[in-house]
Amino acid sequence: MQKVLHIDAGKCTGCLQCEMACSYENYQVFAPSKSRIKVFDFHATGKKVPYTCTQCDEAWCLHACPVEAITVDKATGAKVVSEATCVGCKVCTIACPFGTVNYVQETGKVQKCDLCGGEPACTEACPTGAITYIDANWTGLGRMAEWANKLGNQPVAN
Amino acid sequence: MTHHVILGAGPAGVIAAETIRKHAPQDAITIVGDEPEPPYSRMAIPYLLAGNIAEAGTHLRHAPDHFERQRITVRRGRAVSIDTVEREVALEGGERLGFDRLLIATGSRPVKPPVPGIDSPGVHTCWTLDDARHIMQLATKGARVLQMGAGFIGCIIMEALATRGVKLTVVEMGDRMVPRMMGPTAGGMIKAWCESKGITVRTGARVEAIEAEAPLSARLSTGERVAADLVINATGVKPAIGFLEGSVIALGVGVLTDARMQTNVPGIYAAGDCAEAFDALTGKTVVSAIQPNAAEQARIAALNMVGQCASLRQVTQINVLDTLGMISTSFGNWQGVTGGEHVELTDETLGRHLSLQFKDDVLIGANSVGWTDQVGVLRGLVEGRVHLGPWKDELLRDPTLLSKAYLGAAQAQGQWVSAADARRR
Repeated sequence: MQKVLHIDAGKCTGCLQCEMACSYENYQVFAPSKSRIKVFDFHATGKKVPYTCTQCDEAWCLHACPVEAITVDKATGAKVVSEATCVGCKVCTIACPFGTVNYVQETGKVQKCDLCGGEPACTEACPTGAITYIDANWTGLGRMAEWANKLGNQPVAN
Repeated sequence: MTHHVILGAGPAGVIAAETIRKHAPQDAITIVGDEPEPPYSRMAIPYLLAGNIAEAGTHLRHAPDHFERQRITVRRGRAVSIDTVEREVALEGGERLGFDRLLIATGSRPVKPPVPGIDSPGVHTCWTLDDARHIMQLATKGARVLQMGAGFIGCIIMEALATRGVKLTVVEMGDRMVPRMMGPTAGGMIKAWCESKGITVRTGARVEAIEAEAPLSARLSTGERVAADLVINATGVKPAIGFLEGSVIALGVGVLTDARMQTNVPGIYAAGDCAEAFDALTGKTVVSAIQPNAAEQARIAALNMVGQCASLRQVTQINVLDTLGMISTSFGNWQGVTGGEHVELTDETLGRHLSLQFKDDVLIGANSVGWTDQVGVLRGLVEGRVHLGPWKDELLRDPTLLSKAYLGAAQAQGQWVSAADARRR
């Protein structure tokens, strides 16, 4: 069963626990600046939006890599950067149209979400269930229910 | 059984072969490369020169039995002509290789400027692993190196040379560094940065002659004479398609293809640096020598070669460059268009710069220096032709709000109220 990160921005309070957990998991420090998941704060609307890699099937980053440093984790489907192989050319960072592969100055390599090998630290840290790790086929369920409710409750045109 | 022949063992050739294998498990696939090494990446050569990786680190695939397991035959050979009627490739040495589908992915070759003495010993291009070996022998600590050209490739090898401790002089014909990728502000920042790192930079200048004594002596258009132990020719590249001249395959600067990467001859495709692909956005054909585009073109070509229907959406010019630690990017039409709007934010002390070009409420191009966080959203915005709506004014006011503008406009996440929100796609 393929699982994916499911982000429900409506439940996010902007507490940044996910960023802390991510940086701690990967660098053993609490440093949101090093996090691979970012919470964007929309002041005008009050919305907080956690944002990270969607693990594309035909991933731009993976095909852009000149040295096979980004490969598929066969257990999770995540596109994973091998720091030992990455030469730091940064081409993946401009190839990804979502901006979710980023260069890290300190290491001279790029980083991206690797789903923590199947136990994403951000989901464990999220106190409101805004970030969950669920069966890929169920991610649209809430959305479908809302649409069904909306469409199903429309007056029928005669 | 369909036999796919792929000319060229670079990223485009390899990705096409793997894509064909994924979708056509029974087809026969042959990659023909003209260098002795296993398929490798030219893009990795600077990191080899800098000593960060060994030669094996430049290989496109690391498992020694990768191609065998994929049942992809990789063989050495150089195509000299294509018989489009008999459907055969003639290889150097007289052998003929039959094909059902053919992909031309021969990449590009360095151009040799008409400078007297350019063939002297000690003058090298920086293109192949063999070139790299020569450069590593000559570019020793304290050696005087003259680099002709400060374009994209020139700038990217500069760091490797500096790491090797050479005394470097760079001569660029354009009025600034990387003139075909970066605007004047960014080009000027990169030049000042290189000079602060001890590199001698001459822009608006060219090498007029090289005298082949030891050391080499170059005469510049400025009247200067530069002594050098090694001269690197990085004055540009062009599609490696000489073997197609005189064939019926239509050529422009590169091999002309439609949006499905097919040439004017059915069953013959082209992808990567040698291809001049149809860009649906502008309606023109474009040569774009960068791996993400090569990879996408290879994938599209391969899908069509196995009988699927896929077309290239567009050919966006994208580039990223690390010049001695100063990181710059360019996306799309960074020069802007008449009647468009432009915003620029620069902090020369911190080495940071953003330049955004708009047409109506769409971002059409950008340059950045010292800006790496979520920089890919620039591609998302440009290639997605995203209507920025109110975010355009936000960006004109503060260009650093890029990521939010992307999320807000391309994914409309900042405004969704529910699944029923009309902005949701």
